[in-house]
Amino acid sequence: MSFVFYLLAALTVAGGLAAMLLKNTVHCALALTVAFAGLALLFLNLDAQFAGFAQILVYIGAVAILVVFAILLTRGSETPRDGVFSRTWLAGLAIAAAVFAVLGWAVLGSARVLPHETAVPEVTVQQIGVALVGRYVLPLEIVAVLLTSALIGAVIVAMHEKVGHEKEDSK
Amino acid sequence: MLGEGILKGMAETAKNFFGSYFSAERLTTVEYPEQRIAPYEAARVFPFLVFDGADWASGLRCVACQICEKECPPKCIFIEKSKDKKPDALGKPQFYPARFDIDISVCMSCQICVEVCPFEAIKMDTEYELSTGDRFGGLLLDRKQLAKSNQYYHQIHPAEAAGVDAKLAAEKIKAEVRAKAAAGAAAVKTAAATAGEGA
Amino acid sequence: MIDTCDQIFVLLQHWLVSYLPASWQPAAGVLLSVAAIVCLFPALFALTTVFERKGLARIQNRLGPNRVGPFGFFQPIADGIKSLTKEDIVPKSADAAVHFLAPVLLVITVFMGFAVLPMGRNMVLVDLDAGLLFYFAMGASAELAVFMAGWSSRNKYSLLGAMRAVAQMISYEVPLLMSSVVVVMITGSLSLTKIVEAQSQYTWGLPHWYIFTPWGFAGFLMYAIATTAETNRSPFDLPEGESELVAGYHTEYSGFKFALFFLGEYVAMFSISGLGTTLFLGGWGAPFSFLTWVPSWIWFFSKLMLSIFVFIWMRGTLPRLRQDQLMNFAWKFVLPMCLLNLLVTGLWRFMGDGWLRWVVCSAILLLAYAGMGLAEMRKQRLGPRSYRYAE
Repeated sequence: MSFVFYLLAALTVAGGLAAMLLKNTVHCALALTVAFAGLALLFLNLDAQFAGFAQILVYIGAVAILVVFAILLTRGSETPRDGVFSRTWLAGLAIAAAVFAVLGWAVLGSARVLPHETAVPEVTVQQIGVALVGRYVLPLEIVAVLLTSALIGAVIVAMHEKVGHEKEDSK
Repeated sequence: MLGEGILKGMAETAKNFFGSYFSAERLTTVEYPEQRIAPYEAARVFPFLVFDGADWASGLRCVACQICEKECPPKCIFIEKSKDKKPDALGKPQFYPARFDIDISVCMSCQICVEVCPFEAIKMDTEYELSTGDRFGGLLLDRKQLAKSNQYYHQIHPAEAAGVDAKLAAEKIKAEVRAKAAAGAAAVKTAAATAGEGA
Repeated sequence: MIDTCDQIFVLLQHWLVSYLPASWQPAAGVLLSVAAIVCLFPALFALTTVFERKGLARIQNRLGPNRVGPFGFFQPIADGIKSLTKEDIVPKSADAAVHFLAPVLLVITVFMGFAVLPMGRNMVLVDLDAGLLFYFAMGASAELAVFMAGWSSRNKYSLLGAMRAVAQMISYEVPLLMSSVVVVMITGSLSLTKIVEAQSQYTWGLPHWYIFTPWGFAGFLMYAIATTAETNRSPFDLPEGESELVAGYHTEYSGFKFALFFLGEYVAMFSISGLGTTLFLGGWGAPFSFLTWVPSWIWFFSKLMLSIFVFIWMRGTLPRLRQDQLMNFAWKFVLPMCLLNLLVTGLWRFMGDGWLRWVVCSAILLLAYAGMGLAEMRKQRLGPRSYRYAE
């Protein structure tokens, strides 16, 4: 629990809070990006190089851009007509607290189960690769199938619009 | 095959690049103002007044007929006729322009004034470095600034000037022949009159 | 003597740092290297702008700038003074914070990429185990800066340019990564220093650069195409097409911020060419075994500048691709070729040494290229123009 950890944790939490509290939706998306960066730096602090850089590459390089595109292509970037805060905020708070409790219980509970090691194991990218196609090949392939189906779904959604337009033109 | 066009294009640009150091056709830049392109025969910028001989005031071919002033489309020529007359190249007394101004900020170089002038007095100049710091009168060229000699005209438009000179010489010869014929006829008439008186 | 020349910057760094107390020395060494990178690459950028203008001019049958300094080589100083003294106009309705941060983010992420490039023997700033992944992570973050610039200008044309630029960069991110993965497959490591070391052997005087293998050549070509698209360089420069959207996502930027965007683009070009050199052209290795006495950093920078000249050459040669042509090319041609290249690299690895694997791999790649090329070219339906009217 060093000073660097507290700094990075503060950065991540600040990013998350800003993502929640800022008025402009695109500012929220950018604050979320700061939170992602904080997470990546936390991974790097733990010497998990692959996880940290993959976090930057995937989350900041792709997911953040996806979020921003989604905000722009829908009406999220305009000023909202109704109020920003929903009327069912009490239920939302209860659910958020419940999720936090479950996650906290899982994390704290797992710390007891893990073996106490004094030295941090040196995990090279090669070991991660070997594990991915060895022990964890099933999750890898399932994720690949999921991503492929998402890609095909996106193409089909885009294509259907064109087919619909063509039908309209021929009338 | 795919990509062939790109390679051919790259070969061409490489030829351009290396060729520009050696051959003039691959580097066509003329570095103004250190170098200038020589003006060609039919170049034209703004008009000027031609004068014959050495003195611009007495040799101006312009007789202030004001045809160019009337024909000029943007009306950039301003002429004031003189009160007296002076003899022109053919000996006839003609008016001359007391004021002949061209506003070159208006002139559109259409050459109509040159085409309509019956006296070959106004021709197109090729000088373009006429920038001035005075924006109110600096671009209004007066008679003295517009008057340039026939030798200058030969320098800038040699073929055209030669043609004009030949035409003027032919007119002069015709005028002399007519004058001699008129003088001869007049002499015959006076001789006949004195002979009639004597008889 | 040769070694001293080769290691001269390393020795210089050690000597300068030795004046400080021992506990400060590592940090000071790193800071010194960072300062060197931050001073060198913008200077190289200035030189490149003048080379580009003069190179393009000569290709186009004219002289480039030749008034400022000998043969115009002080032109970047004039350009620098101009951009520093121009008024910094921020549109009134623009988002001031994001508008300010966009060029800053771009320049930061672009300079971070240099941290893992081996610029000579023992001349890496940080020898990371996952160096290649770090580089691509930084490259991906640069896209966010482009989007921020376009959105914060509150100008629909800037936004359009930014969307186009981000779409283009994302589409070409996949071929970029996949054409680098083949190198990782053969080397067995993501560390850039190990990749360079794996290419530093010589057979009959010729080096083992990956570009001289069939899969490496194909990978290099696709890497080059993806690089040209990632840095928004001609023929993929529609987002910043001067004749299209004024200046795309950096329309509303003036003065020094615009200079920062320009700097970011060119320095990104340097770093991605540096990566390409490292991956495919043997990094700091000499091209022939009898030339190894020339210092390694000279080779690296020569190859880097050669790549830059090829970029300039391509800019002077090719017309701009339209957005849909660009995207079609990425997804329908380059990506399948990348996947095939992965397959071919696997075959190469497991076929063992010998002439057979050269023949088989080259044959597969050439046939695929010819086949896909024919398919693409036959699709060009050049008929009479048809009009589509808005309803």
